[in-house]
Amino acid sequence: MAGLATVFGSGAMTNSIPEIENNDLIFVIGSNTTETHPIIGLRMKKAVRKGAKIIIADPRKIDLVRFSELWLQHKPGTDIELLNSIMHVILKEHLINKKFINEWTEEFDNFKKSLKDYTPEKAEKITGVPKNSIIKAARLYGKAERPAIYYTMGITQHAHGTNNVFAIANLALMTGNLGRESVGVNPLRGQNNVQGATDMGCIPNQYPGYQRVDSINIKEKFEAAWSAKLSDKPGLTATEMILAADRSILKAMYIIGENPAISDPDINHTVKALKKLDLLVVQDIFMTETAELADVVLPAACFAEKDGIFTNTERRLQRVKKAVIPPGNAKEDSSIIIELSRRMGYEMNYNSAEEILHETGSVWPAVAGITYSRLETGGLQWPCPTRDHPGTPYLFKGGFPRGKASFIPVHHSPSKELPDKEYPFILTTGRQLFQYHTGTMTRKVPELNQVAPSAYIEINPEDAKKLGIANNEILKVSSRRGVINIKALLSDKPSSGVVFIPFHYKEAAANILTNTELDPICKIPELKVCAVKIEKGKNR
Amino acid sequence: MDSNMLKITINGVASEVPNGTTILEAAKLLDIHIPTLCHHPKLSVFGGCRLCIVEVKGGKRPVISCATPVADGMEVKTSTPRIEEIRKTIIELILSDHPNDCMICEKAGDCTLQELAYFYGIRENRFAGERRTYDKKDNNPFIERDMEKCILCGKCVSICDEIQGVGAIDFSYRGFNAKVCPPFEKDLNCEFCGQCVSVCPTGALTGKMWSYKGRQKDVREVDTICPYCGCGCSLTLHVRQNKVIRVSSKENTINEGWLCPKGRFGYSFIDSPERLKTPLIKENGKFREATWDEALDLIASKLKKIRSKHGPDSIGGLSSARCTNEENYIFQKFIRAAIGTNNVDHCARY
Repeated sequence: MAGLATVFGSGAMTNSIPEIENNDLIFVIGSNTTETHPIIGLRMKKAVRKGAKIIIADPRKIDLVRFSELWLQHKPGTDIELLNSIMHVILKEHLINKKFINEWTEEFDNFKKSLKDYTPEKAEKITGVPKNSIIKAARLYGKAERPAIYYTMGITQHAHGTNNVFAIANLALMTGNLGRESVGVNPLRGQNNVQGATDMGCIPNQYPGYQRVDSINIKEKFEAAWSAKLSDKPGLTATEMILAADRSILKAMYIIGENPAISDPDINHTVKALKKLDLLVVQDIFMTETAELADVVLPAACFAEKDGIFTNTERRLQRVKKAVIPPGNAKEDSSIIIELSRRMGYEMNYNSAEEILHETGSVWPAVAGITYSRLETGGLQWPCPTRDHPGTPYLFKGGFPRGKASFIPVHHSPSKELPDKEYPFILTTGRQLFQYHTGTMTRKVPELNQVAPSAYIEINPEDAKKLGIANNEILKVSSRRGVINIKALLSDKPSSGVVFIPFHYKEAAANILTNTELDPICKIPELKVCAVKIEKGKNR
Repeated sequence: MDSNMLKITINGVASEVPNGTTILEAAKLLDIHIPTLCHHPKLSVFGGCRLCIVEVKGGKRPVISCATPVADGMEVKTSTPRIEEIRKTIIELILSDHPNDCMICEKAGDCTLQELAYFYGIRENRFAGERRTYDKKDNNPFIERDMEKCILCGKCVSICDEIQGVGAIDFSYRGFNAKVCPPFEKDLNCEFCGQCVSVCPTGALTGKMWSYKGRQKDVREVDTICPYCGCGCSLTLHVRQNKVIRVSSKENTINEGWLCPKGRFGYSFIDSPERLKTPLIKENGKFREATWDEALDLIASKLKKIRSKHGPDSIGGLSSARCTNEENYIFQKFIRAAIGTNNVDHCARY
């Protein structure tokens, strides 16, 4: 999100889900949309029925390829080379939007120079995508009237993830494809309320509403609102907290509804770090792998047992309603925190969840116009500053929040760990349709586990033949960080040299293998590329 | 007058509709109900059930309103003795080959066919005769396919192809032997989105996990939002005796009523026996049950001790995308104002 926020002044999806069906060109890069966002996938299919064309850039032959006009199977970690070469062609063939560039952007000349060497011929060598496909993609996107770009972790989970996002932003800026209905740049958020958690300031450098903690004026505003003395020092990100715990700088962690012992890269290291803490509190609905390590475990209510708001990927605030009472002594997360805060000597008094929403609106004007009763009919998309404001389906109509958007030239740099003699395969990780994240919820649902019972490694049949591997055979897969035993799934989804593991399964956790290299700006780990070796394992 | 607008009179009520509107759609705009079993507004016209017949002035025979576009000046009657007689006969014909087991059918009370049989007062059947029998049990874990209750309306076939883009099922065989099935009559092996279940007008397609948990009349419906991915689909939880027994979704939502297998069928974790029910404190490497007071006092005293010894920046908190906005707001306020550090983050990067 940091990437888009830097360029545009806002880091959320620029458009909304219903607008997808009116795209005439859909460019999906690094998103297995039909499995990770099935309902957005349906809108894309609907757009195709209405005449839209889809370009997919993905190392795997994902299901959406069936509906696409063009599939660019680039090597993992070569997104910038691919995007820059597409932009090279757009520039060369005069498909840029000069009026938009002049009115709404800056630094175009520098950026233009930076594309000079990115010829489709060179890109073909680095990305593995035929140059004619690159040229075709440039023409499809460059000539489209209502194109939108969609991406997820395939773009961001790299050591150069922020630069990948800059490249996407550059592509939209040079063609003027922003600020209109059904036209824009759309990072699809992966979890139900990731957007809301970010909006609400559960990020170490920003208060609710993306207000910087190191700005004195903002700090004073929040000190007055909360009647408390606050720190102006930006805090640690999740990944940095684990590193600090390992170095015994961080002594206590309070973790709600997260399972870093499965979702972090190099989880052997994460578990070791968490064990060093003087105090680990985990508040969750199940005894997760992380909760097992805790000193105190607190039972929380799940989504069906509480009132409040989730904000979906398109900035839409929608009402969550209590349907059943929590089991045993489990309590809502907010009431647990309020109670603990009181014991820490800081009182928070709210008579209802809606009072918290109104306090949010008082410190972040973009949601000041939202009330629970207004959300009864389908939700509202922020910004929604006043009670009579209809919400904002798409962003940047008439300009960017930061004034002019700046082109930021970026260059291809290889992923931090590339295949070599010892570890000859690129491992990329992701999700599949029937499981969700670390499986805390889905693996408690017997029916889902009947159709998706166990972990597997997708391997191209050519590679499997070379290694003498049969379908369903148990393999030993190792990286410099660890080793897992996992079932082979021969599949033409990945290309030769690339393998894929869904990260949901604790018994063959992909993240034992993955790399902890972080993006320097937003500290996202490089979960999409690391080097592994594959050997025949013991059949169980 | 707009040249694209056409005049139509339905049951004596005059209106204007855009060119291309069907009689069925025009009637709906006037809030005039025409019965149908195979029509769905988001699917292509099938025209199979023939229940939506209407009389058009000047026409010899009744026409099906779902597939007949409005012509300018059309005068339509949606209910006449002749039409109602035909409709009753159609329902009787369908019921002649339908198991008479509403008393144990999941769909009872929420079944279009049962509703129509009720309004047409059909009890005895003039056409009783040979019945289709299917012994095959589909072993997929999600969708009960009781093909004896299938009336061949084709909605499941259309939705799987046109909306989901999967095409897992289709019509096979002919005439009396016609049935909807996966290729080679194998077990269903698809995305299990259950879109087909959501449009089935009878008890032919239901959720396996719904069976004998409660009839629709016994449930309280609560509209909420899905806890899985970021799409933010609206879910309607069907609650009976403090238990979610079924999930559906309404049509006028961001997800247009469609769901994925997790959203539609992945709810049983809510009352899993493995849910945490009480605070736990670890002593000598083992958890023991504790009261809220014990647990919270322990946490508060340890946090205070750590803070005074190592400073507030030695404490960090991770919030959750599974929590509401309100909870996330409270949590970061707690970390910032009560603890005194900005060490707060969540799972955005995974």
